[in-house]
Amino acid sequence: MSGFLNKDGRVIVEKLIATIQANKEYLSDIDGLIGDGDHGINMNKGFTMCQERLEDGMNMSEALKTLGRVLMMEIGGSMGPLYGTLFSKMARASKGEEVITREVYGRMLSDAVAGISELGNAKVGDKTLMDVLIPADEAYKKALAADKDFAGCLEDMKKASDEGWRSTKDLVAKIGRASRLGERSRGVLDAGATSCNLILQTMADAMIELI
Amino acid sequence: MQRIINIPDMVVEDMLKGFVKAHSDLVKPTKNPRVLKSKWAGEKGRVGVVTGGGSGHKPAFIGYCGKNMCDAIAVGEIFSSPTAKAFYDAFREADGGAGVACLYGNYAGDNMNVRMAIELAEEDDIVVKKVVANDDVASAPKTEPEKRRGVAGEVLMWKIGGAKAAKGGTLDEVIAAAQKAIDNTRSVGIGLTPCTIPAVGHPNFEIKPGTMEVGIGHHGEPGVEVSELKTADEMAKTMVDIVVPDMPFVEGDELAVIISGLGATPVMELYILYNRIEELLSEKGIKVYKAFVGNYFTSLEMMGATFTAMKLDDELKELLDTPCETMGLTVT
Repeated sequence: MSGFLNKDGRVIVEKLIATIQANKEYLSDIDGLIGDGDHGINMNKGFTMCQERLEDGMNMSEALKTLGRVLMMEIGGSMGPLYGTLFSKMARASKGEEVITREVYGRMLSDAVAGISELGNAKVGDKTLMDVLIPADEAYKKALAADKDFAGCLEDMKKASDEGWRSTKDLVAKIGRASRLGERSRGVLDAGATSCNLILQTMADAMIELI
Repeated sequence: MQRIINIPDMVVEDMLKGFVKAHSDLVKPTKNPRVLKSKWAGEKGRVGVVTGGGSGHKPAFIGYCGKNMCDAIAVGEIFSSPTAKAFYDAFREADGGAGVACLYGNYAGDNMNVRMAIELAEEDDIVVKKVVANDDVASAPKTEPEKRRGVAGEVLMWKIGGAKAAKGGTLDEVIAAAQKAIDNTRSVGIGLTPCTIPAVGHPNFEIKPGTMEVGIGHHGEPGVEVSELKTADEMAKTMVDIVVPDMPFVEGDELAVIISGLGATPVMELYILYNRIEELLSEKGIKVYKAFVGNYFTSLEMMGATFTAMKLDDELKELLDTPCETMGLTVT
């Protein structure tokens, strides 16, 4: 079965950290348009704290668990619990798997989306990170059902994630801080959807390289 | 930025160090650098009162930590919810075996982190119940109270909840009193200038000179209506016209009122605003039982003010008059 070894997967988390660090200002600038402009700062802080705690010999699941725990327990805001849940669920869904196959990643993604749905109650169209996650999860499942290979499934997920992210521009925020603005939130990308798309794109690219 | 800071990312840490030194008669640090507790926290058999929220609202939240008000405070980054761990550690510090009342404001991040913290506390057999403040009239229609955010009315909720706990109320009684306080409270804000998070370095929204935003949020969320800058008397009328019919406050009611600056408005101007608000309430036959005018719940260096009113009954009056001692509010 094609895939990559869990023990080789720590690099995925390292690349996620590098992506967030490189986009710190971009994320804060987007957040500043209809939020309070600290999204990049908080994300950078959390991912950088994780960087200091990654240890040699950690596999992908352990690295994801470390990232999830730091975000959930030590970052706060809305993004701490939301992304903390995302990475913790991915870690749990892959724990004990020697090989990360297309099926394993499918479960990682679905469990993560389910965990976040339960916590945040957001739906597609609310102008949140769910506008990225739900279509990405659906596209991945559909590709899997069509028996596409791992890389093919990831490519479909990337495309849906990107489209979902772009769709947030024309939406009116229904949940979270920007929702207080009503119509004034239209015309601006959602910051959480932006970071979520960056995370899924980076994760998929890193996996495609490993496969 | 014309600010008194060192490293912009470290303003919360630096502020906490100074706060603990200045108010060592009221508060103590804890093992968690993001949790402060009152010197009276954890008294056996008394319900503990916990709150928490993002930084940048001084005196809120740590300024209400002390005698007969809040026992422990979870401290977040500027304008960002504290972590679940900070809330959880605050519950542990505040618990004296009679349970903990977590009284906080309605924001997405706080809701999630408090929820996770309560789950953690359950594993330690600490009973935590919560009241979520939603006094800001402009943040959502009256038909959607669950979408309204908590603002300066939180100060009255802590005052009432803390007093009920001090008088030996059970956890359910403390929760009921705090809920009654916030259910009878309405607020609105007007912003005149934006504010800047030090680590961001520039304002995250604009209020053009000569204009003002009605319904401004405590985190620099733009308001719901922009108008030309009016006189203090006209602002008073705008605020009264939003707050009074929403409750509604009616002839014969007695109120506790807070006029809070948003950070950079001179306190002098808050009294100018209060003068007209009191007149307008008087004209409607509404009496101000107690007024608090000053910086009670701010938004960094934003200019502007909030008007908060709580309708009183005998119980709320008694609890409001119960002595308390904190940096932000002292009743003797």
